[in-house]
Amino acid sequence: MPLSFFKHQDAAAGSLFLLTGLTIVVGAHDYPLGSAMRMGAGYFPLLLGGFLAALGAIVLLRAVSPQRRHRIERLMFKPVLLIGAGVLSFAGLLASIGLAAATCLLVSIAGAAHHEFRWRELLLLSLSLALFGAGVFIWGLGLPLPLLPA
Amino acid sequence: MELFTHLNIGLDAVFTLSNLGYCFLGVLLGTLIGVLPGLGPVATIAMLLPVTYGLPPLSALIMLSGIYYGAQYGGSTTAILVNLPGESSSVVTCLDGYAMARQGRAGAALGVAALGSFFAGTVATLVIAAAAAPLAELALKFGPAEYFSLMLLGLIAAVVLAQGDVFKAVAMVVLGLVFGLVGTDVNSGVERFTFGIPELADGISFVVLSMGIFGIAEIIVNLERVEHRDVFAARVGSLLPNREDMRLSWKPVLRGTALGSLLGILPGGGAVLSSFSSYTLEKRLAADPARFGKGAIEGVAGPEAANNAGAQTSFIPLLVMGLPSNAVMALMVGAMMIHGIVPGPQVMTERPALFWGLIVSMWIGNLFLVLLNMPLIGLWTRLLKVPYRLLYPVILLFCCVGVYSVNNSAFEVGLTLFFGVLGYLFVKIRCEPAPLLLGFVLGPMMEENLRRAMLLARGDISVFVTRPISLTLLIAAALLLCLLAWPRARRTRDLAFQE
Repeated sequence: MPLSFFKHQDAAAGSLFLLTGLTIVVGAHDYPLGSAMRMGAGYFPLLLGGFLAALGAIVLLRAVSPQRRHRIERLMFKPVLLIGAGVLSFAGLLASIGLAAATCLLVSIAGAAHHEFRWRELLLLSLSLALFGAGVFIWGLGLPLPLLPA
Repeated sequence: MELFTHLNIGLDAVFTLSNLGYCFLGVLLGTLIGVLPGLGPVATIAMLLPVTYGLPPLSALIMLSGIYYGAQYGGSTTAILVNLPGESSSVVTCLDGYAMARQGRAGAALGVAALGSFFAGTVATLVIAAAAAPLAELALKFGPAEYFSLMLLGLIAAVVLAQGDVFKAVAMVVLGLVFGLVGTDVNSGVERFTFGIPELADGISFVVLSMGIFGIAEIIVNLERVEHRDVFAARVGSLLPNREDMRLSWKPVLRGTALGSLLGILPGGGAVLSSFSSYTLEKRLAADPARFGKGAIEGVAGPEAANNAGAQTSFIPLLVMGLPSNAVMALMVGAMMIHGIVPGPQVMTERPALFWGLIVSMWIGNLFLVLLNMPLIGLWTRLLKVPYRLLYPVILLFCCVGVYSVNNSAFEVGLTLFFGVLGYLFVKIRCEPAPLLLGFVLGPMMEENLRRAMLLARGDISVFVTRPISLTLLIAAALLLCLLAWPRARRTRDLAFQE
């Protein structure tokens, strides 16, 4: 099977389900299986994993038919990367740099993912959201978050 | 009359300043996100779940449910004025609503939509109030075997009645069930699929999964689309429909209400299915079907009544049996659990004020919506001009703060991001995420009931077919599956979703 086969929607979906199902089946063996009457921790996962793998196999087999071949549309990496970077830096730094600075970081990194972003607008937005966040989340809702760097 | 006693309990519970305030806030927020394309009720409710921790349970539920049915109203405004469905349930409203707007009759379309929705909301509230008590009595007879069969029926119905490929949808349900496995097994205390990560010992948080798959994934998907919005609000015209409009719409509104109330109760049903079916029905019944798509007011009145009725009656399975029938209801289960309420038939008897209060609040919310929507349409259209590049950072901030504040955990924010990227991939391989969320919520309950049923039956699997209620439910599930195998029904299903 050529690798390009997996660039089709159903082929990718089928393999995702099949592989996840098999992983669950293998992983379920680490837990006591029990019997039908007294099911152990591994019983239900084993059932689910097997079922998922079977479904994945069906979807995958069906994908061989030419009518079912729809290519996956181009994946856009820029939004994924920028949003990911923004969210991760927010989460990782919030405790040490405080909500205001973390908000600015999140908004300016993630905000750059739009194809027509403008730096000045983004700067203004992050400042106003930092103020807004302080007002709503910390003052209004009383969430226990630090506002300023510790 | 028992019904009035119940409604009275509800009225007493709701008529406090703060509860009315939260109801108003809920429908206002709902309308707002309904108007804004690219932000749906699932993401919003997920975003606000953590915020409601501090509220009393009734206020929290009132506000969250207000968001759901409020979004149905708001979604129609965008559909009519901009030809963009603010919500998936208002896709069909675009067809005739926008056509009416182009003929300068936007006001009449908006008016009929609002009045039809209000009527439907009122009827649906009464349906819930009347159906709740007998259904809860029935539900109290349910043992673990019946619950398991019922959940199976619910999941199958969710798949059959939903859009898209059936095999992929079933696989998504099972994947959701698998995600539900993560964490400590309640029966034996064994940690399953936690990969030694202590944060996963309590399982994947519901907020994390839904916010990732519906919140962050939606943002990424929206970012790659180049949007253009032509607000068609040059002249909205009179909001009150004229006599001819009324004559044409009252029957579609009645039919839409009936259809929506019925389809909303079905597992897997809800607002979307109701509006699609109502449009198909009206078109079939019309004397001149060719008018549809060119500004037929029936094509606005029917579906708008239906989606509102469906949105509300979809609360019935949740409130009475504790079973969510769609993604929003799955979130409501999460909201109830957060407040220590286990959804199920016992809620009605143990916490009558909460139960009837929520129901009555829906009617009050509908009243707010009519009063709110009519004068504020100008404001909503102006809001549509806010560009997405300024909007999504705000949404993202709410998501991040919301997830972080649950456990003050950076790990959970990272996990949310993981589910966001996963959700984006699902969109790319055409896998609907809603069944996954349903499976995720039902997973632990299904396993628990399966294990209990098998223990009680001493490992004899035939318990599911020897108990009459369980057997009936399983037969219903089997019939639904047969429906799919029947080519003509399948074609109708595909056709209904294409239109």
